Amino acid sequence: MNARTLSTFFYRRPTFYLLLLLAPPLLWLGTAYLGTLFALLTQSIYSIDEFTAQIVRTPTLATYRQLFTQPANLDIVLRTLTMAICVTIAAAFIAFPIANYMVRYASPATRAAFYVAILVPMWASYLVKVYAWRLILAKEGILNWMFEAAGAEGVLAAILQIPGIGGPSLASSYIGMFIVFVYMWLPYMILPIAAALERVPASLLQASADLGARPRQTLRSVVLPLVTPGLAAGSVFTFSLTLGDYIIPSIVGAPGYFIGMMVYQQQGTAGNIPLAAAFSVVPIVLIGVYLALVKRLGAFDAM
Amino acid sequence: MRCRRVPLLSRLTAYAGIAFLHFPVLIILLYAFTTEDRTYEFPPPGLTLKWFRLAFERSDMWAAMRLSLAVASVATLAALVLGTLAALALASGRFRGKNTITLLFVLPIALPGIITGIALLSAIKLVGLAPGFWTIVAGHATFCIVIVHNNVIARLRRLPPSWVEASMDLGADGWQTFRAVLLPQIGTALLAGGLLAFALSFDEIIVTIFTSGHERTLPIWFFNELFRPRDRPITNVVAVFVIAATLIPIVLAYYLTRPAEERT
Repeated sequence: MNARTLSTFFYRRPTFYLLLLLAPPLLWLGTAYLGTLFALLTQSIYSIDEFTAQIVRTPTLATYRQLFTQPANLDIVLRTLTMAICVTIAAAFIAFPIANYMVRYASPATRAAFYVAILVPMWASYLVKVYAWRLILAKEGILNWMFEAAGAEGVLAAILQIPGIGGPSLASSYIGMFIVFVYMWLPYMILPIAAALERVPASLLQASADLGARPRQTLRSVVLPLVTPGLAAGSVFTFSLTLGDYIIPSIVGAPGYFIGMMVYQQQGTAGNIPLAAAFSVVPIVLIGVYLALVKRLGAFDAM
Repeated sequence: MRCRRVPLLSRLTAYAGIAFLHFPVLIILLYAFTTEDRTYEFPPPGLTLKWFRLAFERSDMWAAMRLSLAVASVATLAALVLGTLAALALASGRFRGKNTITLLFVLPIALPGIITGIALLSAIKLVGLAPGFWTIVAGHATFCIVIVHNNVIARLRRLPPSWVEASMDLGADGWQTFRAVLLPQIGTALLAGGLLAFALSFDEIIVTIFTSGHERTLPIWFFNELFRPRDRPITNVVAVFVIAATLIPIVLAYYLTRPAEERT
């Protein structure tokens, strides 16, 4: 059978051809992703024998009970969720003006430069960026120096004394961690919003202005509803990335634990894979709920 | 959509945002040259090049880098093949279950990396595999496939279906059409997807920590160094190197995937 008859054979049987194309990637993602997710769920209904530190392979809800009855664990979940929500809101507020400027006002050349200027830091090494923030936020670092140079040490000290989110220095406070989170995920919010803005036809804005709307009214009643899918798509990234991160809280930030750090610690030093697995089911559920919510806003079409 | 009159405030916020995004990258550059080796003192008391020499003499750093390069190469190759197959299938019309499959191709980047990591580790422990090179590659390949798939499918969607039909009408068979019509069109998208996947894999730590066992990729080496302040300046130098190594493929990928009308 030569190539031509083979290709005709496939052309006449599109379903078969489709299956042939899809089989290898599906087999791979099915095993390496869905399969391992299933393994994760399996591990989470196992438990650990406290004396031998061996994993007991009998299904039980004991690990989940441990997760939900210890107040410290609930604190961790709440703390992580609060951070994820705050970061998402802040990122949206900072990202919108940037996206709006580059799409609506910048010349094509400037806009292209803006895209590069956003993509470059977005893709630059994740770990190095977090590390850079540790340098910036350190007690002897540049931010402190700037406050001193401006004669505003008092302001910084006052900020750091806010109970709950303050700390001995910016590098060991929730404020510092919040800044780093917002910084890290900001491009993931800018790009979907910019993409959504690009699709807003100029005629709609002109029409709105012709009908007497002020810029603010146009923004609220014309632009924002059209950009919502982009905002929703961006928020999926900021929300989900914050929920799962454990590197940022362990390099910059206050001593309080986050979900990701718990997962990391339980599987590592503690050797308790069932509890680590149960902990990681929490962000899966939270993100599942969140995805269901934003799906109505059209997030998936804008991703 | 563009407007003529530019509000000053809007322009200022936009440029401030861009400055914010670039600030840490510039700071890292500066710190690679500082003479201070114990604290993060700003401004640096002096500038020196000696940390570059010391960093290049660290054999453990080179070993970690070789491992990272090997992992990234294998993961990228796997992603190029599997991601392109998936894109070709999902770009071709409608079929039952398409939405579910598309969702499967979004999940590895919509769910945080820690899930991929702990899930792979759970499976490794369940099956009794030894973590090492291939488990690292397996973890990286899951999200690299998504990157390649996204890049290729975006290009395929811009391609008029009439081109393939015309090629067939003119007597080309499926393979010829793929070689002469599709491949030249998706070539740069493939290259860009491959570059992005490579950069992503080279820099990955969240998943890798779970799947690496005792192996140390460059990011893991770097992460360990952070908690060992003895050689802090060397960490700074490696940071600059890593930034440079990930940025080149990314800038290239951007220029390769720009829509034709933006190319001048």
